[in-house]
Amino acid sequence: MSFLARTVTPLLIALAAATPLKAESLDVRIGYLQWLPDQGPVLSNVIPEPEDAGLRGAELAINDNSTTGKFLGQTYSLQSDVADSEEAAIAAFDAMRENGLDLFVVNAPASTLKTLTEKAGDNTLIFNAGAEDDALRTGQCHVNLIHTIPSYSMLTDALGQWLNQRRWDEVFLITGPTEADRNWANAFRRSARRFGLEIVEDKPWTFDADLRRTASKELPLFTQARDYDTVVVADVRGDFGEYVPFNTWLPRPVVGTQGMSPVTWHRVVESWGAAQLQNRFHELANRDMNSEDYAAWAAIRAIGTAVTDLNSANATEIRNFLFSDKFQLAAFKGRKVTFRDWNGQMRQPIPMVHPRGLVATAPFEGFLHPNTELDTLGFDQPESECRNNG
Amino acid sequence: MKSLLKHTALAAMIGLSTPALASVAYVSNEKDNTLSVIDTETREVIETIDVGQRPRGILLSKDYTKLYICASDDDTVQVLDLATRKIVDTLPSGEDPEQFALHPNNRHLYIANEDDAIVTVVDVDTKDVLAQIDVGIEPEGMAVSPDGKWAVNTSETTSMLHWINTETFEIEKNIVVGQRPRHVEFSKDSKIAWASAEIGGTVHIIDVDNLEQIHEMSFKVPGVNQDRVQPVGIELTSDGKYAFVALGPSNHVAVVDAQTYEVLDYLLVGARVWQLDLDKDEKHLYTTNGVSGDVSVIDVQDLKVIKSIKVGRYPWGVVIDPTS
Repeated sequence: MSFLARTVTPLLIALAAATPLKAESLDVRIGYLQWLPDQGPVLSNVIPEPEDAGLRGAELAINDNSTTGKFLGQTYSLQSDVADSEEAAIAAFDAMRENGLDLFVVNAPASTLKTLTEKAGDNTLIFNAGAEDDALRTGQCHVNLIHTIPSYSMLTDALGQWLNQRRWDEVFLITGPTEADRNWANAFRRSARRFGLEIVEDKPWTFDADLRRTASKELPLFTQARDYDTVVVADVRGDFGEYVPFNTWLPRPVVGTQGMSPVTWHRVVESWGAAQLQNRFHELANRDMNSEDYAAWAAIRAIGTAVTDLNSANATEIRNFLFSDKFQLAAFKGRKVTFRDWNGQMRQPIPMVHPRGLVATAPFEGFLHPNTELDTLGFDQPESECRNNG
Repeated sequence: MKSLLKHTALAAMIGLSTPALASVAYVSNEKDNTLSVIDTETREVIETIDVGQRPRGILLSKDYTKLYICASDDDTVQVLDLATRKIVDTLPSGEDPEQFALHPNNRHLYIANEDDAIVTVVDVDTKDVLAQIDVGIEPEGMAVSPDGKWAVNTSETTSMLHWINTETFEIEKNIVVGQRPRHVEFSKDSKIAWASAEIGGTVHIIDVDNLEQIHEMSFKVPGVNQDRVQPVGIELTSDGKYAFVALGPSNHVAVVDAQTYEVLDYLLVGARVWQLDLDKDEKHLYTTNGVSGDVSVIDVQDLKVIKSIKVGRYPWGVVIDPTS
């Protein structure tokens, strides 16, 4: 008799738990928008970047969320649009909103992102999974805009800490001609001041010759200087940067956007269970997961974590949950990620990689912060004008 | 005299060929594809055994004659004969086995297939796959209650404990816990389950009769950033006095009062401590420290770390053979 009672009780509980969940099943619909302007011709285009970067990360996160959701009576679906112009991206956004969507992941330039954010109503949440511009985190903030992609400053602070730690503090900086290159270089100049690095040469890249023929001749001359520990390259789109390593005047390592780079994500990150994420992604997309994929994945996983807890897909409730103490996301970077409440930036460690290996992960020990070491990367609260949560 | 010498020589030879004289601990070295065998008397590595690729979870058969090894990158479970210390067999395991648990019937092996979001149940005698159960993303921890009623799987990315009925092989309850649950340990009477959440930084105490959380623990290691306090392995003393919780990259093991759930102490061990096991009389606790590549030995009576033993690269699991 007592044996019977023991076996039956858990079964009853399980039935009781399963029935109401089915009755109130919840469908979470998320929009993914991508618009990437043409980068123009680049020299180091030997290995092209994937055109679906971001989108496939979003798809993987929908799968991940759905697996959790099936135990809780929650389903997730993605509506995606890869637009070929800003107008098309805005039109797609409007159409999705008319269709009732209010959760969005956007991989587009900062200007497009700002337009979308302004158009969106109060009860809308937009995740920036593509624009690294610091301005979006320091002044041009929006309460409903959240960044899962790191800012340029987070990346260059990671690099700055690493150079400081290695005591390679004399730097030769080469900056490319695009606005993104200048933004990256400005972020690095700030990092250099923060971490005690000296920029001994600060030269813009102006040559327009084809380096595939002449790199070995042009770059040694271009990098002549009395001495430096490293060459830092700011070439965001990958125009000339791949030709800098091994062609410098002095035998010095090359870091920055090429050589060894601070990145959001890279195939070589495998610790903290990341190997499993990389495997899942590869199975889905038949290619390696990159930074944009990771940022889109993290955005949708953050939504999923909130929905699991709230059992609601309300954008405002999700937003408030993301900034609460209850939010935490295991994001395969060795520690939980959270959001900065002043500007909506996702705190995260930054891997430093070369094409076939992981070198280190920032922040590094010894760079202290009263709240979290992760806030030694990027604009901290006192340095930002944003106060998204009052 | 002559015959005495002969006997000594013979004894020495026997000693070499039958290694199971001293009490031993087995440690899986994830990045060396080996097991380190530690003599628990001298606390030295006495043998290193080549095994499959990326060995992680290891456990002993209930009769202590075999050691099962998850060779994750070979997608198989290897069987090590403890008398000869040779790999004698492999079991079908599903893809990427990471952790597993053996039912008290000594036959049903529950294997978490990390890449496939399933739990595979294998009969170790017939090698039949009895069931494959859909669970959350990245199933990791596996435990079977000592009374054999429940198998519990933790899914890391889904952040759930899946309670599997061992008679029907069906999930009967899912409990959401902190982020990245890693390990479940049952009390000896099967009444309480302890579950660690690595990124959540918490340990969840589950009342098994009601399948409900009754307590949630968190940890604060003095001088260590909170983000680095990541609970993984849990080991309970059978007298119900202590729980030991490995706190990952904080490099500490928490000593917990298993009745009040109060943290009594934090013990400094090697870097990134993951799994734990008590020796036969529960006087010593062995911990695997992945990053420093060593095993720390804790005196349970004094709650002091007394030795660290260098093993292979990235030691993952540790089990001590109580019969040896």
